[in-house]
Amino acid sequence: MKNTNIKKLLTIAGFIVAASLLQNVAEAQQKNDPKFNKMMTDSFRAEGIAGLDRIQQDETQKFCSDPVFANSKQGEKMREKIQKINMDSIKQPSDGKYIGDWKNGEKIAQSGRGATWTDKADTVIGGGCYNCHQIDPKEISYGNIGPSLAGYGKMRGYSQEVVTYTWNRINNSKAYNACSNMPRFAHFKLLNEKQIQDVMALLLDPASPVNQ
Amino acid sequence: MQRKLTLGLASGLLATLLAVSSSVSAQKSATDDIAKYREMIADGNPSELYEAAGEDLWKKPAGPKNATLEKCDLGLGAGVVKGAAAQLPRYFKDTNKVQDLESRLMTCMQVLQGRDPQEMVDAPFQKGPKKDMEAIVAYVVTASKGDKIKVSTNHPKEKEMYELGKRAFFFQGGPMDFSCASCHAENGKRIRLQDLPNLTEQKGAALGWGYWPAYRVSSGQFWTMQQRLNDCYRQQRFPFPIYGSDVTIALSMYMSKTANGGTVETPGLKR
Repeated sequence: MKNTNIKKLLTIAGFIVAASLLQNVAEAQQKNDPKFNKMMTDSFRAEGIAGLDRIQQDETQKFCSDPVFANSKQGEKMREKIQKINMDSIKQPSDGKYIGDWKNGEKIAQSGRGATWTDKADTVIGGGCYNCHQIDPKEISYGNIGPSLAGYGKMRGYSQEVVTYTWNRINNSKAYNACSNMPRFAHFKLLNEKQIQDVMALLLDPASPVNQ
Repeated sequence: MQRKLTLGLASGLLATLLAVSSSVSAQKSATDDIAKYREMIADGNPSELYEAAGEDLWKKPAGPKNATLEKCDLGLGAGVVKGAAAQLPRYFKDTNKVQDLESRLMTCMQVLQGRDPQEMVDAPFQKGPKKDMEAIVAYVVTASKGDKIKVSTNHPKEKEMYELGKRAFFFQGGPMDFSCASCHAENGKRIRLQDLPNLTEQKGAALGWGYWPAYRVSSGQFWTMQQRLNDCYRQQRFPFPIYGSDVTIALSMYMSKTANGGTVETPGLKR
């Protein structure tokens, strides 16, 4: 009786060791692969405004292209480092103004245009917010890759803390979550300061339909 | 004539259904309406027009060598079209490459008919030589409809292509940091009201891979898998993936291998 128990324990312990070994293998950072790099270089060409520089990854993109490592225990230090790099790049509004015009913010949130090779350099880039978020509850065509933002200010309040956090999050979401799916709107100049102020108003103006 | 009329009526109905559903039901996915539309024209997918044209092009002598494509080997032997699309991409000994349907067809056009593949690569979608390609693709994929997806990674080059494709699937770039995985690696996700298949799992991969190439109702065009991938990359804000390039074949290998066991439903019918 005792013997079988010990045997069982040993088997279980063996499994645990094996599992953790496997995990260690899976969680090593992806190696640079010259074959893969060559495939990428050879497979794309520049078209319109979409140049080949777009597949030259920065540190954040490189890290997040390896989700197994990025989400692992071993990736934690690197995650923090990536978040710090992105946090440090955020600028607070030059005129000290965080909240603009929510009506204009709604237009920006609706538009998913811009930055493709069929767009021009002067095509106004949209925020594309509804692609992934519920925002004004009256708009029923919304995606769900990101969380719902309906009632955003009403639920969180309008404190400076909430305002600054929201500003930072729109400017560079990777400052809080290294591999957030959300584009870094200020970092890659997708939206300018005024546009971000307007989107901020959509979420944080008490008069915005989001907060009714 | 009657078919055209039926299609016209069905399209009108679809537009009405979509309009009604968006004003009435708040959270109903547009997919349900597309499903109704599919039922309505189940025996009349507009892809049939492309398929018929493609069959003619397959059998008609063309190119500098004035030859047909009837001896084209798509992996099951010279001239075998039935079931061929279900096992592509695959490794081909004569080119020593893994090829998808479209890159393989370019090889056949070059070897059998003497046509310059560069002309095909450079042509815009839906125009010139690409129009012929699209019709031939419709013909070939229809001949696998109902078959099981059965893509092999037994050959080392196939295995390698699969691994490269998997890596490409997660490769982030561009001004929005997007990869294929940004939208296609979780279940139950949508962009606006458009459902997104999770291509990292068998079920989702079969839903994606199994229904393309497809006739797109919104554009009134038949889209090959190469065009589907091309437009994904456009929306990812990447540079332009070259027609038939390795990244497109690698991604196809990753998706199709993941989809193995699912059913070929091509040509599909899409929004």
